[in-house]
Amino acid sequence: MGFFTSSIGRKIVMSLTGLFLITFLIVHLGVNLLTLVSAELFNEASHFMATNPLIQAMQYVLALGFVLHISQGIILQIRNKQARPQNYAMNKPATNSSWSSRSMILTGLLILLFLILHLKDYFWVMKFGEMPAGQTDYDLVTGLFQNKLYTLIYVASFILLGFHLDHGFQSAFQSAGVNHRKYTPMIRKIGRVYSLLMALGFSLIALYFSFAN
Amino acid sequence: MKLTLKIWRQAGPGKAGKMETYPIDGISPDMSFLEMLDVLNNKLVTEGQEPVAFDHDCREGICGACSLYINGEAHGPDRGVTTCQLHMRKFKDGDTIYIEPWRAKAFPVIKDLVVDRGAFDRIMAAGGFVSVNTSGNTLDANSIPIPKDDADKAFDAATCIGCGACVASCKNSSAMLFVSAKVSQLALLPQGRVEAQRRVLNMVEQMDKEGFGNCTNTGACEVECPKGISLENIARMNREYIKAGLLSES
Repeated sequence: MGFFTSSIGRKIVMSLTGLFLITFLIVHLGVNLLTLVSAELFNEASHFMATNPLIQAMQYVLALGFVLHISQGIILQIRNKQARPQNYAMNKPATNSSWSSRSMILTGLLILLFLILHLKDYFWVMKFGEMPAGQTDYDLVTGLFQNKLYTLIYVASFILLGFHLDHGFQSAFQSAGVNHRKYTPMIRKIGRVYSLLMALGFSLIALYFSFAN
Repeated sequence: MKLTLKIWRQAGPGKAGKMETYPIDGISPDMSFLEMLDVLNNKLVTEGQEPVAFDHDCREGICGACSLYINGEAHGPDRGVTTCQLHMRKFKDGDTIYIEPWRAKAFPVIKDLVVDRGAFDRIMAAGGFVSVNTSGNTLDANSIPIPKDDADKAFDAATCIGCGACVASCKNSSAMLFVSAKVSQLALLPQGRVEAQRRVLNMVEQMDKEGFGNCTNTGACEVECPKGISLENIARMNREYIKAGLLSES
């Protein structure tokens, strides 16, 4: 059996792509927070991200990271379901595990739906679409949050993302074999702070531009 | 104590089963859970009914034979004990208690509450051993110095009794806590290092073949394990597997 098609091999793929996406989110939030500083600064950063050759190359790596993480996650879910053909009549999973740890496929798939919406409205328009005359990236990013329902969908997705990351962060280390009596409690704490920062940071931007005007 | 038992009844492998209700009275809070089932079975036999089949052996919490998914938890609501060490005082008079077999594709039901845990034996046969020359010149194990911390960790891993509560509790029916305990108890010791690479590859391959699910690090297994086997072992198994997978020449 090949290394990457074994149970542990698949977990390693989830772990490494997860850690890669975790790093990507930090960059993404960093750039987005510039919208709160000034329109010029954000437009400059956005222009840099869209033109720098290294970032352009990384786009393909990022896309691959997403595809591997999502496809492997779905494959694992199907295999895990098959491993228990008959469910319990009475089951109390809340006594031994957290909701976020048991709901990775649910939060993951909902984040995927969000990702599709997000790519359609931002990435696609910036990369391949025709920007209306005189409109900058800043106008596009901030403009969509005038719609309150749109803002609600975004904030709800960021909360789900927070739960997904809270389990995913420490889980990625465990799957990669990093478990240490001294450092694992620290990794869990960093993961909690990181997922809170991501959920709150992205939500803050959406809410700010929804209520700014 | 007066109780209502809801028990999974299944006549044989592959047969359709269902939950049956049995009222029971006169249960002492000091009885073990299995003694309570003995009382029920006595009653059923007296009434000319088929007794409930369940696994048990030592009834001292050390053999790993007893199982049972009781009220939604492996080995019941108590922590760090097997079903034989669970006492009826953990329940209240008038309670309804659900009793089900371990649920996993790799653990098919043989009858009622008895499942076939032969998958664990086949995983052990794939590599859960050390090859020792016993032809008259056996070495004393204590002649090789072993750091106390390693010996303790190996011992903790070796306390796994292979009951299968980890598989039963895991939402994915993953056997990784069991397999990692068995990989760890040997990988931590110099005698086990010799075959460490081949061992982890073969045991994981057999585990996958048996149809167990994949670990998603929910930690349910560690909480429900009657022997408190730590998730550290799963991380160690993953490390061993990564090393072996990258370095193996076959």
